[in-house]
Amino acid sequence: MSARLLPFAVTCAIFVLAYGLAWLQFPAILSTRVIGNLLTDNAYLGIVAVGMTVVILSGGIDLSVGAVIAFSGVFIGVMLRDTGLHPYAVFLLLLAITTLFGLAMGAVIHLLEMPPFIVTLAGMFMARGAAYVLSIDSIPIRHPAIEAIQSAYWLMPGKGRLTLIAGLMLLTVAAVTLLIHRSPFGTRVMAVGGDARTARLLGVDVGRTTVAVYGLSGFCAGLAGVVFAVYTSAGYSLATVGTELDAIAAVVIGGTLLTGGSGFVPGTLIGVLIMGLIQTYIVFDGTLSSWWTKIVIGMLLFGFVALQKGLVQLRTGDRAARRRAARQSGRHRATA
Amino acid sequence: MTLPAGLARILPMLATLALLVAAISLVSPGFLDISVANGRLYGSPIDVLNRGAPVALLAIGMTLVIATGGIDLSVGAVMAICGAVAAKMVTLGYPLPLTLLAALATGAACGLWNGLLVSVLRIQPIIATLILMVAGRGIAQLVTEGAILTFSDPGFAFLGSGAILSVPFPVLLWTAAAVGTILVLRRTALGFLIEAVGVNARAAYRAGVNTRATIIAVYVVSGLCAALAGLVVTADIRGADANNAGLWLELDAILAVVIGGNSLLGGRFSIVASLIGAMITQTVNTGILLAGFPPEYNLLIKAWIVLVILLVQSPRLRPLLARRRASRQGTPT
Repeated sequence: MSARLLPFAVTCAIFVLAYGLAWLQFPAILSTRVIGNLLTDNAYLGIVAVGMTVVILSGGIDLSVGAVIAFSGVFIGVMLRDTGLHPYAVFLLLLAITTLFGLAMGAVIHLLEMPPFIVTLAGMFMARGAAYVLSIDSIPIRHPAIEAIQSAYWLMPGKGRLTLIAGLMLLTVAAVTLLIHRSPFGTRVMAVGGDARTARLLGVDVGRTTVAVYGLSGFCAGLAGVVFAVYTSAGYSLATVGTELDAIAAVVIGGTLLTGGSGFVPGTLIGVLIMGLIQTYIVFDGTLSSWWTKIVIGMLLFGFVALQKGLVQLRTGDRAARRRAARQSGRHRATA
Repeated sequence: MTLPAGLARILPMLATLALLVAAISLVSPGFLDISVANGRLYGSPIDVLNRGAPVALLAIGMTLVIATGGIDLSVGAVMAICGAVAAKMVTLGYPLPLTLLAALATGAACGLWNGLLVSVLRIQPIIATLILMVAGRGIAQLVTEGAILTFSDPGFAFLGSGAILSVPFPVLLWTAAAVGTILVLRRTALGFLIEAVGVNARAAYRAGVNTRATIIAVYVVSGLCAALAGLVVTADIRGADANNAGLWLELDAILAVVIGGNSLLGGRFSIVASLIGAMITQTVNTGILLAGFPPEYNLLIKAWIVLVILLVQSPRLRPLLARRRASRQGTPT
């Protein structure tokens, strides 16, 4: 198995194993109802984590996404309350704004050669600040069209509900997977993340790729904002604080290297589901306190990072051994 | 006229701070007033120094970590852990010195964990410290058992709200910590070694620098600074709040270091500049409140100030400015 897919395989194995252990204790956890809820509850996180995966594959990071989701909710709430626009028009307007916001951050990162960490941190302040300025109160979001989205679902066998927003999340994962692993753009992102200088020498337009990556992340954050607004029926400027960290954790647990250039997008979905499973387990158990979620996620993070380090070392060790063997065989040939 | 190198380095930050103070004084004239009441200094400048204490303390450790080319995202969570440990021990009736020692030891242990991950396992600093950032608040909640632990020990509360010679104790604490650290770093070769690791870790290693020990040491210092900041915050509200103590302060501390003109890529550093950076952000916070802006605008204004400061420091813009300055110096007047 290639070293790129091994972390993904381990993530999947851990998910299945954890689900199996939970099932042994609570047989009810293995039902399409629980799975449907798992997907619906984590739909916004899945979408935003997929965008984060692309940013991290390109060697960057985007700290602004949690604030952008909060801004999206407040923006949708205020627009529906104060203007007569149809929700779909508001959604399109919002996606345009967040995509432009991402593109602008990408442009600043590339043109001014500033670290993504600091630029997106300023972006986080800006998006959260804009949300405060729009409204500091929680705004209810009510509209027949939104209620229609909320009640749209496909009844799975076993009475589980695959809601529209969960479907949207799965669709996003599939689309970005194709974009990254089956398109020239994806190859460019991987090249920039692997080694920006080599990528430039190979003729990759590093600037355009960087800007596009942050634009894509902004779009995903906006889409996650729409999903979160539909899911909670409210816009609140203090919502989704720290979601960027959950997204980064999901990406790492999903087997993507934080140094960039190596990873597999569907792994992030499994990472999100593992984190959701921990929360579901705690709900099923009822006696465990919620802080165990954080500790377990921290331990998982450590485990995966250590695993990846081991894999990388194994690979470089292999290469060194092969080189030594090649040198030795060369010497034999010389003496023969 | 030539300025001493140290002063020239912090001049832009001092100018920014002076400009900010002047602007705020224009909008709210009483900004610079200081008065003494009940044997304690009062006034907005004192308030800035006092409220800026946690970020200033964190900025000391963060400067050193960033100087080695690292970053420490866990300091906010470490503050919460140390505060929780201290509050727990005080409520259990342990003597104050033992409590403080235990809190500092906890901070040092957290720093040691981060340092080992970064230097021995060679995990990227941002992800190595993210682990403790995520798990740390859970650990703090484990210590406080999910509640806000309150206490009434006057000795411990003094750390947050006491005053010596009418100067608030937190102000004395962060200035003493800064002076102590700067003296140790600059009177010995330690500061130089840290910069060497940050500029080129491999070259430093080849030149005989114990890079592993240096990196572990800076993370331990950062953990100790976080422990001090956690003690101040916990003593100030006389309670340990595992959820909110030090929340997002790691970002404020990183910002203070960056506003202080320190490169996130590591290398040369100035603790004084970082501290001025911390005071700049605190002045902005206090100034926005005093100027009567609604607090909602706080973050937006902060974001723009950060962007402008970053723009001025951008590696792309600096050569342009330097060329202009050189051409100006070249023409005789």
